[in-house]
Amino acid sequence: MTQMTFHDAVDQALHEEMARDSRVLMFGEGTATKRKGLLKAFGPQRVRNTPLAEGIIAGTAAGAAATGLRPVVDLLFAPFLCFAMDELVNSAGKLRYMSGGQFSFPMVALAMTGGGWSVGAQHNHNLEAWFVHAPGLKVVMPATPADAKGLMKAAIRDENPVLFFVDIGLAFAPGEVPEGEALIPLGQAAVRREGTDLTLISYAKTVHTCLAAAEALAAEGVSTEVVDLRTLKPLDEATILASVRKTGRAVVVHEASRLCGVGAEVAALISEQAFDALRAPIIRLTGPDAPAPASYPLEQAFAPQADAIVAAAQQLVARTLEAAPIW
Amino acid sequence: MSLSTPQPGSTRLELLAAMLRIRAYEEKIVAFHAAGPFPNVCTSVGQEAAAVGVVSALRAEDQILTNHRSAGHLLARGADPGRMLAEVMGRSTGYCRGRSGTLHISVKELGVVLTSTIVGGELSLAPGVALSRAMLGGEGIVVCFFGDGAACEGIFHESLNLASVWNLPVLYVCENNQWQAFVHRKETMVGDHVAPWAAPYGIDSLTVDGNDVESVRKAALHAAAQVRETRRPFLLEAWTYRQRGHMEPHDQSYVDPAEIEAWMAKDPISRLEARLLAEGECTTADLEALHAEARRAIDEAAEFASTSPYPDLSDLATGVYA
Ligand SMILES: Cc1ncc(C[n+]2csc(CCOP(=O)(O)OP(=O)(O)O)c2C)c(N)n1
Ligand SMILES: [Mg+2]
Repeated sequence: MTQMTFHDAVDQALHEEMARDSRVLMFGEGTATKRKGLLKAFGPQRVRNTPLAEGIIAGTAAGAAATGLRPVVDLLFAPFLCFAMDELVNSAGKLRYMSGGQFSFPMVALAMTGGGWSVGAQHNHNLEAWFVHAPGLKVVMPATPADAKGLMKAAIRDENPVLFFVDIGLAFAPGEVPEGEALIPLGQAAVRREGTDLTLISYAKTVHTCLAAAEALAAEGVSTEVVDLRTLKPLDEATILASVRKTGRAVVVHEASRLCGVGAEVAALISEQAFDALRAPIIRLTGPDAPAPASYPLEQAFAPQADAIVAAAQQLVARTLEAAPIW
Repeated sequence: MSLSTPQPGSTRLELLAAMLRIRAYEEKIVAFHAAGPFPNVCTSVGQEAAAVGVVSALRAEDQILTNHRSAGHLLARGADPGRMLAEVMGRSTGYCRGRSGTLHISVKELGVVLTSTIVGGELSLAPGVALSRAMLGGEGIVVCFFGDGAACEGIFHESLNLASVWNLPVLYVCENNQWQAFVHRKETMVGDHVAPWAAPYGIDSLTVDGNDVESVRKAALHAAAQVRETRRPFLLEAWTYRQRGHMEPHDQSYVDPAEIEAWMAKDPISRLEARLLAEGECTTADLEALHAEARRAIDEAAEFASTSPYPDLSDLATGVYA
């Protein structure tokens, strides 16, 4: 185990995968400038700066992926993905199916999002659910440096296009990272804390908010389980359902806004497949339907806070403390 | 199927046969439309010389990206018209198992990769395919066909810029057929040509009479040789005409009849035939035999396609992920 930041963990994953497979290359605006270590180790053919043109960056990645390379592209901030939407959604996501399986698109698109840098809504927009909705794409959004490394390695080895979102608020947070392989398979959630009364389901930065809330709830005698989704697509339905079947109560928490968000999908899944285990309604705590503000206190308030999670949990537990399921 | 694919050493008669095959294929689609409901198709009638002239200048190791008006490119490359028609008709024997339909047919084994019908999609993918060639080795070049309309998309400029900055072996081929769906290019472009748009990116270009297969072929051999040699992009503009409406069923009520008439007089097939006859290279009977052979092959293809099964419904959502 070594202590390192989320950002360095991603970098280490890139190093290891580029050393392992000569078909892996990385490019983006400032990639060769900012990732000096990669450039030094693998040279200017495999670590490239690009013009400031997200469409062609993503399109080039898709074209290269279909014909033998395994590109990783850095598209910087999530809102810039809007410029790469056609290439990611219409080409990388669809052309495998549309070609009758003649081509695959093993590529990773990296983008940052979330509050923490006061950069405002054109740099900070948690739009990860858009890509969950698009066929052919996979989506990951890790919460810890160890997961960042393990998921990046798995994403690079995957035969499908993977959107890899880095939560800005976590980018420079340190954590323990295992040496060597330590791959985290895509589609596997992690139970961060075990509990029996209530499940908090989250991903990225708000996993830590949930853990803080769980700590506070423990002091009140509420035993809280925290599920970190890690991969948003494919979604680890089994882990979500097993947890909720055990606790009977669920709160889904994310910074992205509520309407048609990942939380809506998780809530629907639970009510479709674990309705008989529910002892209270499912609650979603999310960012508002608003552009993310730059002002620091507003930006922080945008994401769900621990006290709101505690309050929601208390409400669910109080409502059903002595009641057995009525159905 | 007995039709041969024109190669860099092709004769004029082989070029003609290849154009006739495309024409017969497109006319078959027109006939299907006349007979009843049929999927929408953008035919390449009138643009056969651009397709055959360019594709006949390529080598087996080269790769092609194309767009919605791709039948000519595919057939010139040697694609089986039966499997193409099957794809158009949504049959399981189609090149893409019926999942593409007419608009995005790709044939990996022929190097026809990544057909996009997002106008400009092929331009967004071409540098990456060429990057693979550049990094994984091999002599092949990448040819990217697109229209004058696609040249008005921002991605055209991003693509040329990147291919130039990164020294990628892409032969861009713009088929300037005067129309962009229902809009004449005069309404959307300053100047008539796309070729001059290459120079600011440090890319050489050439405009060629796209309705003269021999001129196109000569220009394409030159352009392809330059790309092969320099490993840098080149832009070839074929000046041509879409003889039918944007898509079937045919409608050109919005087109000036004088424009159509002028271009019909430059039909690429009639022009080559007149030249061959004038120069005594063949007789009218020879030509009739070539026409008949093209029609026969396409009839056979149509028979294969129409008797092919539809995909199994269980195939609906398979193979989305690798
Ligand atoms: C991004 C996008 N916008 C619009 C369309 C609809 N559309 C299909 S073909 C076409 C015209 C394209 O013109 P051009 O590039 O000149 O090719 P041509 O049809 O003349 O061969 C249009 C507008 C599309 N398929 N994709
Ligand atoms: Mg056009």
